Amino acid sequence: MSGFDSLGLRNRRAIPLGSIVHEPIDAFRRTVGDAVRNEWRLAAFFGLPEAPGSTRLLAILADDQRGELGATSTLVGDRYPALTPDCTEAAYFEREVAEQCGVTPEGHPNLNPVRRHPPDHAVAVPSADTFDRERYLFSQIESMDIHEVAVGPVHAGIIEPGHFRFQAHGEEVLDLQIMLGYQHRGVERLLESLDRDRAVLVAESIAGDTVIGHAGAYCSAIEALARVRKTPRAQAIRGITLELERLANHIGDLGAIAGDIAYQPAAAYFGRMRGECLNILMILSGNRYGRGLIRPGGTLFDVPPAMVTDLRDRLQRLRSELAPVANLMLGHASVQARLEGVGKLPRETGLELGVVGPVARACDIPRDVRHDHPYGLFRFAHVPVATAWAGDALARTLVRWLEVQRSLDFVIEQVTSLPKGPIRVECGALRPNELVVAMSEGWRGEIVHVAITDAAGLVRRHKVVDPSFHNWPALAVSMPGNQISDFPLCNKSFNLSYAGHDL
Amino acid sequence: MLRFLRTRLQQGTRTSPFPGGEADFPERFRGRPTFDPSRCAEDCAPGRAARPSDLVTTGDDGRPRLDIGACLFAPEEAAACPHQSIRFTADHRLASRAREELVTPDGELKLVEALDLKMRRLFGRSLRLRSVATGSCNGCESELVALGNVVFDMARFGIQFVASPRHADGLVITGAVSRNMTAALYRTYEAIPEPRLVIAVGACAINGGPFRGSPEVTNGTPSDLAVDLWVPGCPPHPLTVLDGLLRLLGRLSDKDRRPS
Repeated sequence: MSGFDSLGLRNRRAIPLGSIVHEPIDAFRRTVGDAVRNEWRLAAFFGLPEAPGSTRLLAILADDQRGELGATSTLVGDRYPALTPDCTEAAYFEREVAEQCGVTPEGHPNLNPVRRHPPDHAVAVPSADTFDRERYLFSQIESMDIHEVAVGPVHAGIIEPGHFRFQAHGEEVLDLQIMLGYQHRGVERLLESLDRDRAVLVAESIAGDTVIGHAGAYCSAIEALARVRKTPRAQAIRGITLELERLANHIGDLGAIAGDIAYQPAAAYFGRMRGECLNILMILSGNRYGRGLIRPGGTLFDVPPAMVTDLRDRLQRLRSELAPVANLMLGHASVQARLEGVGKLPRETGLELGVVGPVARACDIPRDVRHDHPYGLFRFAHVPVATAWAGDALARTLVRWLEVQRSLDFVIEQVTSLPKGPIRVECGALRPNELVVAMSEGWRGEIVHVAITDAAGLVRRHKVVDPSFHNWPALAVSMPGNQISDFPLCNKSFNLSYAGHDL
Repeated sequence: MLRFLRTRLQQGTRTSPFPGGEADFPERFRGRPTFDPSRCAEDCAPGRAARPSDLVTTGDDGRPRLDIGACLFAPEEAAACPHQSIRFTADHRLASRAREELVTPDGELKLVEALDLKMRRLFGRSLRLRSVATGSCNGCESELVALGNVVFDMARFGIQFVASPRHADGLVITGAVSRNMTAALYRTYEAIPEPRLVIAVGACAINGGPFRGSPEVTNGTPSDLAVDLWVPGCPPHPLTVLDGLLRLLGRLSDKDRRPS
């Protein structure tokens, strides 16, 4: 037994880095493989450069039933036997480790780069000039009947860049490969090297539609390492704005899905109501995406009583305007028929890939950090977990609408019962040689920030796992069997982040 | 059908009165920053005052300047000065024709000058734009998408985003220009027929924004692309973008918010 599950590691509770055991690679592979077969899943898996000449692989495991986290590690040289053959959930993580740390997981079936950058967390960093950013191997189906369609990185709409390569037989997609990395900005290195007051602005910019989610997870990691307890009022404001962010994006997605199936009335109405949510965030924070609100130690802005009344009135008006539009759209037989069966993700595949967020909940995997690993406001007030079972575009649409209703009720209730007290406390120096895992349920799903400090209390490693990292591989496997022309709709129903994935 | 009509009536018409009417920004909105050098203490090193970004720079005369292009519109940029010399106003008009015009001694900006007559004849009533996101966070793109919704409804001014650079009159660049996207950015630019406009939207496209200094980005729009309009913000409010575009096309007069 490695004792990976008896470290006292929980969401946002820091532990000494030294308490995580170094297992030999064989034992490490066994520990992770057995855990994933027994109720645990990989929340993060990454490399930490250690002198001399070796990389420490760290696996962060989550048990959603018991709300616990576990961790184990191993030391490897420039190669090690891959975990992927026995543990599919590790596949994408190991590709990332190979790229970031320059170590080779031997026996891995696909070592294509994830983001196409030179190693930035390697023991020895090679020169960036000699790195080939175009090296990516696409597989092809050899047949006279098959044609290949390549799309991107520049797409038809105002969309982030990504490259999609389809193998198709007529209109039917047989295979989809997704090459990302165009938005890669080197976020993790920036979070590790910048002063805290600049780093928090980078955290807000990991994904511009998930400002509250990522800034909240980043600040919570820093606060846990500094042993700072936020005030109940700060926790409430953070929880409320997280739900406002979810509302804005889910409502926007409902409109975008309506737009993609040419149901214009709902596209127009939902599009406008998304803006209402952004404007509410602007009243609170001065910015439509909530920038400038969340900082280590609490929040920068309070919610005075006059604003509470204004917010409540706006939210109640929004609630009365939303339902007729959703009923109009989702009650329409042709809307249901158009969405049904598109981009179906079977539950077993979802589990195997470790999907999160509405994508997971739409195929009856009831994962939700707010419920499974509760934190902040969500320890005292609960938002019911919304699920559907079909795993298709219709199920993903329905889950979003259910979550909109539940979040809206939650926000209206919470904003009128804010606890009293200050909104921010001093956040001082970080404890040395510690590790913390801060998880948060962003609107796309589980956001994980893992921060590790060095002997001087500086951030030595800051690992970010955006929910899109888990879910992009799922989009690829949901497409075969669909028509190419359904890809935009399927893509929209997942609505994954390029920036959050590319970092 | 009845249900649809009822919903339509309930939703009403929501298009913003812009460019007519008063701009309606909440109290906490952070628009154009201003700088009052008279509040500066003698011993205060300029440049250090607004640490979270490069908002405060030093001019040739050694005196502090505000570089609104580098502004991230974070509350700390104002709070960092202990003498309250920097303050955010509610003015959403931030766009500029030249990069150096965004660097000012006090934060006052010259409003965007219209294109020359020939270009105005070509694009004044119909402008088609191609968006390229290159090392962004998707914040600016979200606001560009919002320009198409029923509230801002940019299409009522004859401005639209199009699917192909071949159909476009101009390029809208967002993001800090990542190394992985540089080639695609140039190829999109080259695919747009001349004469073409280049519009840099957001702090990232202007100087790298929060990602400035990362080895994976090139700190904004490359110098060999001649930029016609710079739109600061992180991200800019949709009305900031719209104001810049309409002034560029000569559709707004200097003083008036209304179309000329």
